[in-house]
Amino acid sequence: MSDIADPLTQEFQAPSPREMLKQRAKGHLGLLTGMGIVGLLALVAIFAPLLAPHDPYAQSLMTRMEPPVFLGGEWSHPLGTDHLGRDYLSRLIYGARVSLMIGVIAALISGVIGTTMGVAAGYFGGKVDAVVTFLINVRLAMPVVLVALAVVAILGGSLTVVICVLGLLLWDRFAVVMRASTLQISRRDYIAAARAVGASTPRILLTEIMPNIFNNLIVVITLEMAHAILLEATLSFLGLGVQPPTPSWGLMVSEGKNMMLFEPWLVLIPGAVLFVLVLAINLMGDGLRDVTAPENRS
Amino acid sequence: MLAFILKRLGLALLVAFTVSFISFSLLFLSGDPAAALAGETASGEDIEAIRTLYGFDRPMLVQYGEWLFSAVRGDFGESYYFKLPVASLIADRLQVTMLLGLCGITFALLTAVPLGVAAAIRPNSIIDRLALFLSVAGQALPSFWFGLILIVLFSIKFQILPPSGAESWRHFVMPTVVLGYYAMPAIMRLTRAGMLDVLNSDYIRTARAKGAGEWRVLFKHALRNAIIPVVSLAAVQMGFMLGGSIVVESVFALHGAGYLAWESIARNDLPTVQALILIFSMFYITFTFLADVLNAWLDPRMRSA
Repeated sequence: MSDIADPLTQEFQAPSPREMLKQRAKGHLGLLTGMGIVGLLALVAIFAPLLAPHDPYAQSLMTRMEPPVFLGGEWSHPLGTDHLGRDYLSRLIYGARVSLMIGVIAALISGVIGTTMGVAAGYFGGKVDAVVTFLINVRLAMPVVLVALAVVAILGGSLTVVICVLGLLLWDRFAVVMRASTLQISRRDYIAAARAVGASTPRILLTEIMPNIFNNLIVVITLEMAHAILLEATLSFLGLGVQPPTPSWGLMVSEGKNMMLFEPWLVLIPGAVLFVLVLAINLMGDGLRDVTAPENRS
Repeated sequence: MLAFILKRLGLALLVAFTVSFISFSLLFLSGDPAAALAGETASGEDIEAIRTLYGFDRPMLVQYGEWLFSAVRGDFGESYYFKLPVASLIADRLQVTMLLGLCGITFALLTAVPLGVAAAIRPNSIIDRLALFLSVAGQALPSFWFGLILIVLFSIKFQILPPSGAESWRHFVMPTVVLGYYAMPAIMRLTRAGMLDVLNSDYIRTARAKGAGEWRVLFKHALRNAIIPVVSLAAVQMGFMLGGSIVVESVFALHGAGYLAWESIARNDLPTVQALILIFSMFYITFTFLADVLNAWLDPRMRSA
């Protein structure tokens, strides 16, 4: 009798939120694909010196514009060489460093600015909200590429300048999303309860609001990272981003452009890698949103 | 309604004013505009001469006031490089950019709206998934690279479209596609979401119950309501697009305002750059203003916002 479990007395173990999250993540193909590709490219970027077959800066006029192996080239330069005889694969590998570094740091800078503004607007409301909303409007009215190009041209193109310019320009989505999330959270009862027991404003913001908008923040950080990487490539392509001889994918496309008529792979390869990275980050961001906050799907 | 329009207009003017101040301040970002203008080899006297010639020796706010006052009357000063009035330079080039923007938004609407409707009719079908994939991929596609690929394919390999210039309609085909695809994902998603929403509503069920044909239900009843937010999104996207024309125009060597912006930035021609930033912002501000008013007119619930 006792070896048959009684369904009424058997304790039902509800899955914890963390377990539910894991379950949802495991079934999400886009998220897994995106994370896989981003992880792989991040490893490539970190271990670039070990993986690159050649020095990405070493020029060799004897071996200029050699084709990749799939177009009849030799294995000493698997993806061929550029117009200065530099190994294309090595430049591509080091280019991953530039792209990811710019993406991560710019997204963090704009994340700090935008989150501060958005949370303040959502929590305090009133005049603070009016000022922040106004600033978002102003920021949206400025043509991003044009302003970024102009500022980089005035200050001179370098990795630091590009990162700072992008970081200072891309905070609008953070502010918009964080404002909306905070507005939603701060109407909840537990915020009123925290206030009633005498919690200070910083304490409420840090321990009640922040943990509850964190999921949305991660999603926006991912999507803005992709945005920053695309913009850096665009600026570098237009000649006003990262300066030569730094290996940047946008710059490689721009350098290959002049030889596009005879050697289209010079343009195709770096652009394709850029497309795959940005696509993977976007898949990851969309996936994270589906998994952590399915109600925000549009 | 009038109160809403006036309030919204006031906000637009305030935003425009702030943007004008920011684009003017760019001049002072370099530290000393006179030294930057004179070049690296200039002597101290040369720099001083330029400083007084352009009036850089006066307080910044005075210079800003004067610049804004002329700008409002359509005078943006003289280009450092072309030695021509900035206003006429830009007016010459703006036609190409406006034409490109109109073609781009038309292309985006003509492709994205049918796709969004098709996706909404059968959610989770192959068409829906394809549309979703296209919109995710579209957002990741670098437009400068997309443009170059089109040139490789259609100008070099098949030789059916010219790679650069603006002489005939054929020169506008590739730039239109490259500029337009950028706005597609957002328009498609909004059309799809709007249609899904409307198709589940009671009046659609009523229309079906009355025996209205499926096409009539979809286009006469559903799309008319689902399209309202899309119209205003299209206006906003058009504003973004004009700002994005700088990339497309430089890839296809289309000599419009975007190309002019690129040229003047590369040549340190600050009066032209300032004017272009201001003008592109004004387009965006105007389009979003019109979109908001249109929305409020079509949907009175929006008027309280």
